[in-house]
Amino acid sequence: MNKEQDWPLYEIFIRAKSGLDHKHVGSVHATDAAMALEHARDLYTRRQEGVSIWAVRSADIVASDPAESDAFFEPARDKIYRHPTFYDIPDEVKTL
Amino acid sequence: MTPEVRYVLRLADTNLVLAQRLGEWVGHAPALEEDLGLANLSLDLLGQARLLLARAGELEGLGRGEDQLAYLREESEYFNLTLVEQPNGDFGDTVVRQFLFDAWQLGLYEALVASGDAALAAIAAKGAREAAYHLRYSGGWLVRLGDGTAESHARVAASLARLWPYTNELFHDDDVDRAAAAAGIGVLPSALAPPWSVRVDQTLAHATLARPAHSSFVWYGKQGRHSEHLGYLLAEMQSLHRAHPGASW
Repeated sequence: MNKEQDWPLYEIFIRAKSGLDHKHVGSVHATDAAMALEHARDLYTRRQEGVSIWAVRSADIVASDPAESDAFFEPARDKIYRHPTFYDIPDEVKTL
Repeated sequence: MTPEVRYVLRLADTNLVLAQRLGEWVGHAPALEEDLGLANLSLDLLGQARLLLARAGELEGLGRGEDQLAYLREESEYFNLTLVEQPNGDFGDTVVRQFLFDAWQLGLYEALVASGDAALAAIAAKGAREAAYHLRYSGGWLVRLGDGTAESHARVAASLARLWPYTNELFHDDDVDRAAAAAGIGVLPSALAPPWSVRVDQTLAHATLARPAHSSFVWYGKQGRHSEHLGYLLAEMQSLHRAHPGASW
């Protein structure tokens, strides 16, 4: 059986603990969404890495084209005034 | 050996033998993801088996630890259910064996949390969570294969017919079971039949599989009388320990 052809690929996102956001951790092959969750559980939460799993069909993800990255991202490069780097941060503020 | 010790050994051996069987899949499963899935089931069952063997050793009071009980008993001194020693066969056979077992073990642990033996109750509480996931895994696969293609349906229906006769033993009460239940530490096997039937029938309907006809033959692996398969399994499992007694990592 050619698994790549027969089993679709799912991207897996794990939330490490409540309050944090889901982070991409990898992908699994599975025949359906329920199996994708089980595979993700077995593969990526063996060492208590998470409290929540998202699985998304890789084919359903719309991605930007690396060849177009200049047009996409270059215009932001010279607009440093968009960065909040011109403020004096008081010493008492630890978590900014 | 008291009935209590024997009862705990039955649970321990059943887990240990199935863990060993599932371990045989490592490196051979139909997909990398299933390789890990089956290994996960195996490790859960092995973890429970170790706790149960240790408890059996304590109850016995002869100083036998988990290693001695696992690696230095002969085939006729093993008291596992005959179902779990059946060969892996193809993936469908393994799924059916696992499903029939998981549905039984979940009901067992749900009842055993009320055991008068605090250690057994604790093992059951931990095991119930694991068994619930195992049943989800094996039940999910049974539905996919049963309600899948014409070939997967035919093959998994044949697996079900082949393995079904071994389930009689799961619900057969003998003197050991009755003594353990009377002592308040065990659960009568016959009491586990109704919840098992509900779970099994539900999933079989989902999987478009018919429940096989009842047969009256009962296996007695739990009394040490096994099918021809257990000896080979034990020979492989015990060979390292017997060649290098007391070896450790």
